[in-house]
Amino acid sequence: MAARRVVITSVGAVSPLGLGSEAFWSGLIQGRCGIGPIRSFDPVKLPCRIAGEVSEYKIRDYVPKSYRKATKLMCRDIELAVIAADEAVRSSGLVSKAIDPEHVTLRPERTAIDFGSGIISCELPEIAPSVVLSAVDGRFDMKKWGREGLQTVTPLWLLKYLPNMLPCHVGILHDIQGPSNTITCGEVSSHIAVTEAAEMILRDSADAALAGGGEAKINPLLMVRQCLLKRAVFTDNDDPQHACRPFDASAAGAVFGEGAGVLLLEEYEQAKARGAPMLAEFAGGASSCTPTEAYVHMKDGSGLKIAIEQALRQAHIDAADLDLIIPHGTGIARDDRVEAAVLQEVLGGAVEKVPVWPIKAQVGHLGAAAGAMDLIAAVGAIRHGTIGAAYNFRSPADGCRLHFLKEPAQKKIRHVLCCGYSYGGQTAAVVLRKVSEASQ
Amino acid sequence: MSERVVITGMGVVCPIGNSVAEMWEGLMTGRHGMNQNTLFDASAYPTTFDAEVKNYDLSKIVKNPALHAHGNRGTAFVLGAAVEACRQAGIDTETESPSDGLDRSRMGIYLGAGEGAMDSEAFFSAIVDAWNSQTHEMDWAAWAETTFRIMTAEHELEQETNMPAAHLAVLTGARGILRSCLTACAASTQAVGEAVMLVRSGQADVMVAGGAHSMIHPLGLMGFNRLTALSTRNDDPATASRPFSASRDGFILGEGGAVVILESLTSARKRGAAILAEITGFGSSSDAFRVTDMHEEARGAVQAIRAALKDAGVTLCDIDYISTHGTSTVENDSIETLAIKTVFGEYARKVPCSSPKSQFGHLIGATGCAELITCVMAIQENILPATMNLHDPDPALDLDYVPNKPRKKKIDTVLKESFGFGGQNNVLVIRRFSE
Repeated sequence: MAARRVVITSVGAVSPLGLGSEAFWSGLIQGRCGIGPIRSFDPVKLPCRIAGEVSEYKIRDYVPKSYRKATKLMCRDIELAVIAADEAVRSSGLVSKAIDPEHVTLRPERTAIDFGSGIISCELPEIAPSVVLSAVDGRFDMKKWGREGLQTVTPLWLLKYLPNMLPCHVGILHDIQGPSNTITCGEVSSHIAVTEAAEMILRDSADAALAGGGEAKINPLLMVRQCLLKRAVFTDNDDPQHACRPFDASAAGAVFGEGAGVLLLEEYEQAKARGAPMLAEFAGGASSCTPTEAYVHMKDGSGLKIAIEQALRQAHIDAADLDLIIPHGTGIARDDRVEAAVLQEVLGGAVEKVPVWPIKAQVGHLGAAAGAMDLIAAVGAIRHGTIGAAYNFRSPADGCRLHFLKEPAQKKIRHVLCCGYSYGGQTAAVVLRKVSEASQ
Repeated sequence: MSERVVITGMGVVCPIGNSVAEMWEGLMTGRHGMNQNTLFDASAYPTTFDAEVKNYDLSKIVKNPALHAHGNRGTAFVLGAAVEACRQAGIDTETESPSDGLDRSRMGIYLGAGEGAMDSEAFFSAIVDAWNSQTHEMDWAAWAETTFRIMTAEHELEQETNMPAAHLAVLTGARGILRSCLTACAASTQAVGEAVMLVRSGQADVMVAGGAHSMIHPLGLMGFNRLTALSTRNDDPATASRPFSASRDGFILGEGGAVVILESLTSARKRGAAILAEITGFGSSSDAFRVTDMHEEARGAVQAIRAALKDAGVTLCDIDYISTHGTSTVENDSIETLAIKTVFGEYARKVPCSSPKSQFGHLIGATGCAELITCVMAIQENILPATMNLHDPDPALDLDYVPNKPRKKKIDTVLKESFGFGGQNNVLVIRRFSE
């Protein structure tokens, strides 16, 4: 029996560049930037006051009437994932329960779901009245909280913030009954989720899978965390569009954002049989780590190198065969330096010819969703034969010899590498390729 | 390529013991791990008690405690469990250049790991300082001032769910596949199951797999109390966890860390490692029903059990014992019983099934792997752990739950079930190893 293959047959995205994968792709190529002043709360007194926010939407528009009540149990991370999944399923040609319960073609038991998710912080104004009720003489009192305060918190409060609720809600909406997992591996979560979903299809646990990730980093608690860790950019609050400058000599930190990206993966023969558009093929995915005692930044690039080399090996290609790399490129200078060194080492002599396209300057760092956004950009590049310019890149950081484009370019693209790393030291890499008849 | 996957090491830190031997001795002697909450003042909460890890000092266990000084409770527990598991498996965690002959690029980590406790002092104080009860708005300047005064970068970082795995990487030097998942109460069963798949397919020779979690913090306890998922038997914590009994009134919030060393049979043989058991089946499914409830007909649970049996290539009567999810909530124990009856039919009443949660509580993300370890011990010792506190059986629940005292029985094949909030179902089949 020939080995199974996994193809991507549709995508869905919600990003600071707009609602929908089309807005995401055209925004990237047209050189738009989704980063601006934080509006969802007043970030006064925060050293970083800018972020990539998603424009207004009504979650009711993305769920069937029968599910509207359940949207009360959705925090923002869940909403974003639901919207991105809705687009991915709707544009795939498969019919799920959410789209038309009378004519379902998606097979519930043979469909898997695997999302990357962040640690979700609660909405402060929601819980604040209960906390304030628990104060005695202006100080929080744990006894009063236990006796009175917590009794006023909405009973299902916890369910709104569990990381696995992203795939749970999406799975309920579209009736996905196969394996379900939630990868909570920091900023490589969705690289890993997509890889694992592909593995579920390859090992015959499913024939299709919704995979990706979602995270809303623009929560006051999460923003404070990134400020305390000194990862966020502090110096560019008055010029948000130019604040994130990956691999640039003037890189000063990351800008965080919110969004979700979902890819529909399908077994090749199934996709072919139903005449689905095959946008790209999953060619390989790997993860590793650099054990790092300091935990916040990568000590060295060894773990990233292992992940990239493994992914290339699975794809049966050399680094020189790559037509594009979408790197992690956060704009945090010391991390960018390590990543650039690894990519240069892996590429060797090919460093001058393989374009590198960092997209976080335009959309921000979407945390657990970052890898999914990179992969959707990679799918776009393969599909359209187009690579975008490196936004905000002017002059290379010390030691960086990577090849960035100043203008978008047309090019036949066969293989794309997306790679990432997280605080904590975890690393990941995924290779996508253009679909051809012959198995590789 | 399909490798057989064996367990060559185990370690646990849980409310009834800080090693596998201590936990097993506790299970065999009927010890329980419940206590009044000592981690914060929960005396006015609906539930005042929990199941805490006791007398645990990581600095006496790891070689370089400074590297893990800021780790959250789950991190501390899983490090201790990993040290024990690695020692049993012959994996060197003590030296910079380990001489155990294992290629670190072929050794990975897969944890079902939860969040660290938030800085509750900062969290609550900042809200009190900032909330305007007249306008129902936050004064964000006041909020930020208090928050920045109290919160520290170290504590914030260590709350992240990938940090327990990060610490394990530093401890073990593993450089292979690294993943971390959080599927509520099924997380570490899922982590072990997915790790088994990675070894089976040849992507890793060794996976350090397991779980780490403590939700015994003010918001965790509050969240479960509001869901009315916890027992409120505050006057009798010792017997509060009573899975499958008529008077069960919720689970007991526990905490812990658990690790198994999964290894390809080829690698284990090459090293001459002692084989404790084999994992032969994994089934995973989702209810796709409601975020609040399990499917009424146990649809997802049934599907996961059947998938695990099929994956293991065993028939119903091969199963000698079922280690249940058995939380002591009204809903779980009924639906789980229904799932077992649906799958096993007439044979259901002949398969003994029990819940160690009756003794160590519910370790949330870490619970599945801790219970998996009890399954391996059951196979090795030919003794089934009991379901304690089962004095008033629920008439609707009529399986053999091994009530109140452990039972001797020759067992070769065990089914381990875990079900998570939101409808994630994960099931493993564990077998006595034979060539």
